[in-house]
Amino acid sequence: MSALKKVSSNPHVRSKVTTTSIMLAVIISLLPATGFGIYNFGWQRTVPILIVTIGSCVLTEYIYEKALKKRVTVGDLSAVVTGLLLALNLPPTAPLWMCVIGGVFAILVVKMLFGGIGQNFMNPALGARCFLLISFTSLMTNFEVDGFTGATPLAALKAGETVNVYNMVIGKCAGTIGETSMVAIVIGACFLILTGIIDLRIPGTYIASFVIFVGLFGGKGFDASFLSAHLAGGGLMLGAFFMATDYVTRPITRNGQYVFGILLGILTGIFRIFGASAEGVSYAIIIGNLLVPLIEKITYPKSFGKGMEKSA
Amino acid sequence: MAKFTFVGGVHPHDGKELSKNKPIKEFWPTGEMVYPLSQHIGAPAKAIVAKGDQVLRGQKIAEAGGFVSAPIYASASGTVKAIEPRRVATGDMVMSIVLDNDGKFEAVETEEVTRNVDELTREEIIDAIKEAGVVGMGGAGFPTHVKLSPKDPNKIDYVIANCAECEPYLTSDYRRMLEAPEELIGGLKVQLKLFPNATAIIGIEDNKMDCVELMKKLTANEPRILVKTLRTKYPQGGERQLIYATTKRRLNSKMLPADVGCVVNNMDSMTAIYQAVVHNKPLIERIVTVTGDAIKEPQNFRVPIGTNYEELIDAAGGFTTDPEKVISGGPMMGFSLFELKIPTTKTSSSILCFEKDEVSKLEPSACINCGRCSEACPSRIMPGILADLADHHREEEFVKRDGLECIECGCCSYVCPAKKPLTQSIKSMRKIMLAKRKK
Repeated sequence: MSALKKVSSNPHVRSKVTTTSIMLAVIISLLPATGFGIYNFGWQRTVPILIVTIGSCVLTEYIYEKALKKRVTVGDLSAVVTGLLLALNLPPTAPLWMCVIGGVFAILVVKMLFGGIGQNFMNPALGARCFLLISFTSLMTNFEVDGFTGATPLAALKAGETVNVYNMVIGKCAGTIGETSMVAIVIGACFLILTGIIDLRIPGTYIASFVIFVGLFGGKGFDASFLSAHLAGGGLMLGAFFMATDYVTRPITRNGQYVFGILLGILTGIFRIFGASAEGVSYAIIIGNLLVPLIEKITYPKSFGKGMEKSA
Repeated sequence: MAKFTFVGGVHPHDGKELSKNKPIKEFWPTGEMVYPLSQHIGAPAKAIVAKGDQVLRGQKIAEAGGFVSAPIYASASGTVKAIEPRRVATGDMVMSIVLDNDGKFEAVETEEVTRNVDELTREEIIDAIKEAGVVGMGGAGFPTHVKLSPKDPNKIDYVIANCAECEPYLTSDYRRMLEAPEELIGGLKVQLKLFPNATAIIGIEDNKMDCVELMKKLTANEPRILVKTLRTKYPQGGERQLIYATTKRRLNSKMLPADVGCVVNNMDSMTAIYQAVVHNKPLIERIVTVTGDAIKEPQNFRVPIGTNYEELIDAAGGFTTDPEKVISGGPMMGFSLFELKIPTTKTSSSILCFEKDEVSKLEPSACINCGRCSEACPSRIMPGILADLADHHREEEFVKRDGLECIECGCCSYVCPAKKPLTQSIKSMRKIMLAKRKK
């Protein structure tokens, strides 16, 4: 034999799914919500926010890795996903400088300082959103766009006003760029579920436990229009399908995912009903993220055949 | 119809169409024959021939080196050239008997016998299997007579024929089932005789429905033999997975199939049992699939054990292009070879030649915690976490988190989107821990 062959440990074939292909699928699944946001709030406002937020995320990761002479990982598209999710969580009135601060915070503080992709302890986009919400509360809650009243349906609901549930499901209402249209979000989520990127464990338990909580403690019982307003309003759908299912910051154990979903449902319910603010999805998810190591510890699975005894 | 299966597993490209419809072809090698003394789990066999000896086909050339061991027979005639270390598929150098093949295949003179299994005693059957050198031919090479000698034969409820052939590209069991189904059934009947309370189950994946139909037809009047259709999924033919799929019984790494009342044998071993017991023939041949996109004419060969891989590749028309990767066995659990001068052993199921090596070019990136590895793991452990523990040499934690339950099937590495060599990390750690345990 002239040349030696290549050797490697088994298996000698690999699936075609890569980190990049997963991220690309997430981006594609967010396009309906993004598209609706652009249509709903006008491209003049939304497109610059989207470009600046995504750009600042990608650029922050690139510069950080270049500066520290690490392998540049922007090609895996995870920074694009973070930027896109953050942009969808910003109000259409967000000033561009705030988008930059958000993008830099998400990538630099939440992701890179903890070791980059796979190491962040909370969802970078949500971490940044909460950071902005605390730092620039009035800017982050300014939903006043031409043709709309300033209040989001959830705020109106909290104030005891009646809301148009149909418009909320379609998305013709105030809110952040990507959260308003339940229909668009669910279309994207279906794509993710059908391609096997996410499953229904977390979104299913999250939404179900939230509905039960609101039904029990919301003060209106299991009133269909009240419950559907809570489901369609605010960031619940976007959060349940796209943020709570973030691989890095959700439990990896199967039972842990159910626990996580129920926990998020209860927390969101508490924040929305008993909290000062009308919204609670972001805080619920980042608190849930922090509890993930604990959840994983108590839900470590039983291996196949564990506990079986030798018969003879 | 209900399909039997297990939880976890993967669906790699199956590639069986390359060699599926090629009938088994006899192959007679002309080059030297190499018989490694260790082709099975357990003590190596002891050579009973010396350099310069003339041997005939079917002559015993090495005897079992203990109870968990197996004798080896010459599959060709000629002169013993040397007894020296030779490279085998795993990459190890193993003491081997090298035979200068005279190309005549002169056989030891024996009478053609057909024994009636019902007239043989338990001891006679076990002895025949032991003497014939039958081992598990699916890959592990566990001596079959040991498997068939549990403490209490009456406690065996199921005799399972592993006809899943879940490894992609392999078609040797498939062809054998189609071409000599009566030998498989004969092998099962031998075992049913050994285990009076047992039911035999033939487990076949549903990508081989022609075999399922054929077996059902042939066993229609055999109340003690059942045919079960398994879902096509890798590793359906893994011992623990197959037992679970067919009987719903679970066993862990510390147990043997006999602990849950099962005996599992590979399709090819079943045939060897039949040949040994009924026709008193030693194990000197097996079916080898030579396939892959770098092979001109993929084939299934009946090969004398000891044949060099290079000769087999030539017999399959040679390479279309120089392959980057050659694997002995299937793509999921086989061994990649760095040279081709490797002898066929009792456990060589296939030679798989790929034009491109898709694995060595992959650059692993960081784990994104996606959980695909734990979804795919048939042992229901957490490969991502365990590989991390292994890489950091956290031995205690590795054992505590059931790292030793891994069956090294490769599913976790297969699905990993970050292309991390999870199986490799876990496998290495297991080796270290199992070696320590033995001390």
